[in-house]
Amino acid sequence: MTLLTNKNKEIIEYLYTAERDVREVIKVTDEYLELTVKDAYELQHGLLARKLAEAGTKTVGVKLGLTSKAKQEMMGVNEAIYGYLHSDMLAFEWEAVCYSELIHPKVEPEIAFLLGKDLQGENVTEEDVLEATQYVAPALEVIDSRYKDFRFTLVDVVADNCSSAKFVVGSKWISPSTLDLGNVGMVMSKNGEVAQTGSSAAVLGHPATAIAWAVNELGARGKGLKKGDIILSGAITEAIAFKPGDSVIANFEGLGSVSMYCK
Amino acid sequence: MAVRTIEYAHELLKAEEMRQAVQALTDRDEQLTVEDAYQIQLEAVNVKLAQGKKVIGKKVGLTSAAMQKMLNVNEPDYGHLLDDMRVANGATVKADSMISPKIEAEIGFVLAEDLVGPNITYLDVVMATKYVVPTLEIIDSRVEDWKIKLIDTVADNGSSAKVVVGDKYTALDGVDLRTAGMSLFKNNELLATGAGAAALGHPAHAVAWLANKLHEFGITLKKDELILPGALSGAVPVAAGDTIEAKFGALGSVTVHFE
Repeated sequence: MTLLTNKNKEIIEYLYTAERDVREVIKVTDEYLELTVKDAYELQHGLLARKLAEAGTKTVGVKLGLTSKAKQEMMGVNEAIYGYLHSDMLAFEWEAVCYSELIHPKVEPEIAFLLGKDLQGENVTEEDVLEATQYVAPALEVIDSRYKDFRFTLVDVVADNCSSAKFVVGSKWISPSTLDLGNVGMVMSKNGEVAQTGSSAAVLGHPATAIAWAVNELGARGKGLKKGDIILSGAITEAIAFKPGDSVIANFEGLGSVSMYCK
Repeated sequence: MAVRTIEYAHELLKAEEMRQAVQALTDRDEQLTVEDAYQIQLEAVNVKLAQGKKVIGKKVGLTSAAMQKMLNVNEPDYGHLLDDMRVANGATVKADSMISPKIEAEIGFVLAEDLVGPNITYLDVVMATKYVVPTLEIIDSRVEDWKIKLIDTVADNGSSAKVVVGDKYTALDGVDLRTAGMSLFKNNELLATGAGAAALGHPAHAVAWLANKLHEFGITLKKDELILPGALSGAVPVAAGDTIEAKFGALGSVTVHFE
């Protein structure tokens, strides 16, 4: 255990500096073949603690990853993953995202859930999630794996806080009871051209199903989500790359839109 | 410094009471800092509290790109709202109770819970908001001819004078605060239009700025306080005989008369 702790410190430093210095690195499992998914979540937790201490930020919620069948098959896994969102990841529709702060960013459309109640447990259902949700809103998540060429194993991506970098939330917030969240259509355009289309059904059949899974995973680790937390429920389509000068907008059926500009 | 802070606070209070503007503090005292200005403001507020007045909320000012450019600053400022500044919707205000009043329309916020900085984001603000309400803020400067720099307006309580609060309170479910539109009418003539995004990109973002700024002074944004997050258009001068109405679409409207 002591050995693992020292190793953990080393890996955490490796990933922390890669992000801070905007530098891509070789994936962790190239050197540490024996790491398990459980180890990876411990690393993620350690990385989070390091960032919070260093930047004076706070945790504002969680994000889900690998919530589509296609991505799970690609990674050879059959479950989703989660990472944490910090206050300094929050980007705004009214301020450009700086490309120079990112390595090789991509953006993907998601539905954000905002909790009006604490949510913790090991038998949480889709209904419990919807009941605890005060608002849903359209969101864009900017992912930016710290690994070279976005190539990683499940263990690598979990340790890297699930490639999270930035997120933007749209300004129309509505109660989840007012629409069928299991089939919300979405069109994402880059510089006016349609780049992706999809439906929220791509997120494990229903975004609330994905969230219930994450809450139960957190519950098994003795953790939970708090009132006021935001959850990015998983990508509705594949992510698209962007460069300085690009504008991306995602329009959601019944939910309005969310946009970002990169400079 | 402490002595001069108190002196300036009393001078501005007297100017407000006598409706007699004074020379800008920055014209006379080059040493003054923004921190000093907030101390002057707090000093003046404390005098009013000692007179039995109560704080009912806060206002954020200088939230538009245009205003920040005009005063050559890159952050907003704030002031205190006191109970004697509150005006009922549709009421009549005496124009000569102020020096050189102007009016602007804002989306007022009422909080369901306290917001304690630092690190408050606009997401926290939206989650903590009980409802929004249409408001008209009447601003006035105790400084001659509105010749203000940032320090002058901060010392002068953000140039605040009165706030007219509408009757319709709306919870945020289904409301888009960036695109929430506003039309400002003077005597039934359309004078200005704007939308929520004019206030620092998103009015809740201005409230988040306020919560974090107040934390520097050990102050907390309190549940049920009224917070004005910044104007949705440029301020319009008003005079006796004017009727001002701001229409916010689904969020309702708010009116005030001047005599």
